[in-house]
Amino acid sequence: MPRWGMIIDLDKCTGCQACVVACKVENNVPFAEPEQAALGRVIAWMDVITTVEGDYPNVRVRHMPRPCMQCDEPPCIKVCPVSATYKNPEGLVGQIYPRCIGCRYCTNACPYTVKYFNWYAPQWPEQMESYLNPDVAIRPKGVVEKCTFCVQRLQKAREQARVENRQLREGDYIPACVESCPSNAMYFGDLDDPNSKVASLAENARAFLALEELGTEPKVYYLREGEWHGRARA
Amino acid sequence: MAEPGHEVGGDRAIIAPILETGRNFYITTGILLSIVAWAVFVWLLQLRHGLGMTGLNYPVMWGIYITNFVFFIGLSHAGTLISAILRLCKAEWRRAITRCAEVLTVLVLFIGMSNIILDLGREDRLLNVLKHPHLRSPLLWDVISVSTYLIASSIYLFLPLIPDIALMRDFTTKRRWFYRTLALGWSGTPRQWRVLERAITVMAVIVLPIAVSVHTVVSWVFGMTIQPMWHSTIFGPYFVAGAIFSGIAALIVTMAVLRWAYGLGEYFKEVHFRNLGALLLVMTLLWFYFTFSEFLTTYYGGEPVHMRVFDAKLWGPYAPLFWGMVLCCFIIPFGILAPNRTRNIPGTVIASIFVMIGMWLERYLIVVPTLINPRLPIARGVYYPTWVELSLTAGCFAAFILLYALFSKVFPIISVWEIREGRHQGIEEAMERIKGYLPAAETRAA
Repeated sequence: MPRWGMIIDLDKCTGCQACVVACKVENNVPFAEPEQAALGRVIAWMDVITTVEGDYPNVRVRHMPRPCMQCDEPPCIKVCPVSATYKNPEGLVGQIYPRCIGCRYCTNACPYTVKYFNWYAPQWPEQMESYLNPDVAIRPKGVVEKCTFCVQRLQKAREQARVENRQLREGDYIPACVESCPSNAMYFGDLDDPNSKVASLAENARAFLALEELGTEPKVYYLREGEWHGRARA
Repeated sequence: MAEPGHEVGGDRAIIAPILETGRNFYITTGILLSIVAWAVFVWLLQLRHGLGMTGLNYPVMWGIYITNFVFFIGLSHAGTLISAILRLCKAEWRRAITRCAEVLTVLVLFIGMSNIILDLGREDRLLNVLKHPHLRSPLLWDVISVSTYLIASSIYLFLPLIPDIALMRDFTTKRRWFYRTLALGWSGTPRQWRVLERAITVMAVIVLPIAVSVHTVVSWVFGMTIQPMWHSTIFGPYFVAGAIFSGIAALIVTMAVLRWAYGLGEYFKEVHFRNLGALLLVMTLLWFYFTFSEFLTTYYGGEPVHMRVFDAKLWGPYAPLFWGMVLCCFIIPFGILAPNRTRNIPGTVIASIFVMIGMWLERYLIVVPTLINPRLPIARGVYYPTWVELSLTAGCFAAFILLYALFSKVFPIISVWEIREGRHQGIEEAMERIKGYLPAAETRAA
């Protein structure tokens, strides 16, 4: 059974937000009107967290793409009163939209704040509606949603492999954010496969887990900034 | 039917509100009804358009609906807990106040539970908690514990009501069928009395642990997560103490209103307010002790994520509310209740009003500042409740007062038979009991 995981190399991330856009298009994430956005109602399954360090002129900007961490010990699953959020055998943390009662306990329990709520029924400009992804369910108002590691792509890849009568190969299943990254800062694959790129990068000395001390055991690894900056300074 | 217990006699004042209804009552209920109607209208709007009508956002997913939920469930502790403890301790001064405390519990529980429904994104799927229950979720523990409490405290309210319902059945001509049905064929035989008293005692014992569990579990909704300043082992007892604290305050205010509106000064005497005031004073001190320990522990530990919430409360954007809470929950009530001279009826009522405001603020300050300060450095949240949330909150308070007023128009708000029992048996029993505490005269002589 694969254990899907992601590596994000912070040295390579330029903060371009292509992953954020790709995710929204792939997963039918609705728009937020400007006034709704000002209220903090933007849904972004993948978000780039930007922090500014230091004072002018010695300023340094850091970017950290933040998908769902797909924890092995997810705090969100424990608290759901109706088991609407669950972890599947491959370690993907899913959300059952037709069962969710919208209590938002999971959103509050997640230390990474990756879960979002549908404050209103989702809407798209008319021209956009024909471009919605038919593989992804449109969420009704009042339910919680979050990054799924584009699980629909896994289903497609698996069906394709079955048609071709072969095993799933590395690279068959890649989430939209990873695929779209222009600087190749993201890697995706099976963490339990010792030959995979992600498994070796997870062993890298720069690898770390976000809020590792909480024991949530995320399956998204970050590679610390340092290599590039170190070289530049030398 | 001419049993001695069945004339109303000197206690007519208790059932006067049921027999006569003045103009003021209609005006009051009219006002309350219009507030409730407005809230229902706003709720329908919210149902139709979604929770976007509230001020909630990412990452502040919970706001004043959850605050109200915790607050109202807290108020419910007054009634049953106080009444059960006083009954079991055979505190004779309880007789006039048990009924109005028990009603408070049951009604306020309904309001508290409705706030959870107001807060749900999909209230149409409420029954999923029965269809797909997930026993690891503290919210499900809440569902179980609160509904058990509602059932137990309803039974505990109803049992001592039976003889009074029978009294109404025999005494009035109004709504006879209604009282006849509810009286369950009570005729006051010695056997019936024995069974009833036994049942009340058993229920009083059962209801106590349930009451404690309810607010403990409510606190665990927060305490079981790993979020800063929610993840605290002290939350269970802290919430229970806060609940009893605000519950006693609610009881004092309710008694004062009943006393004023129905002229029940003969029953709700100064001594009742003084005794409850002394209890409130104890709870004020306990509240301060818990709050101080909680905040000092956080401050001393000094973990940055916790300190962000701590700073937001003590000197950040929530400072006015925080210090307002300290003022309302400790400084003002302590100042009023500690001196004997001011622990009178007006004093305890004023202190209680401040305590209720302060305890609402405490609940708000537990829910919101933690959510405003998530662990990851995403944009900090802001939250201001909108007119929708304020309307529904007003509706909740109005609905509570309205239901209480209606109850007092149908059932005696003071237990007639318990008062009478106090007069006929209580005094003698108490004297016997006091004699039992003392060494017998012969021993002393020897």
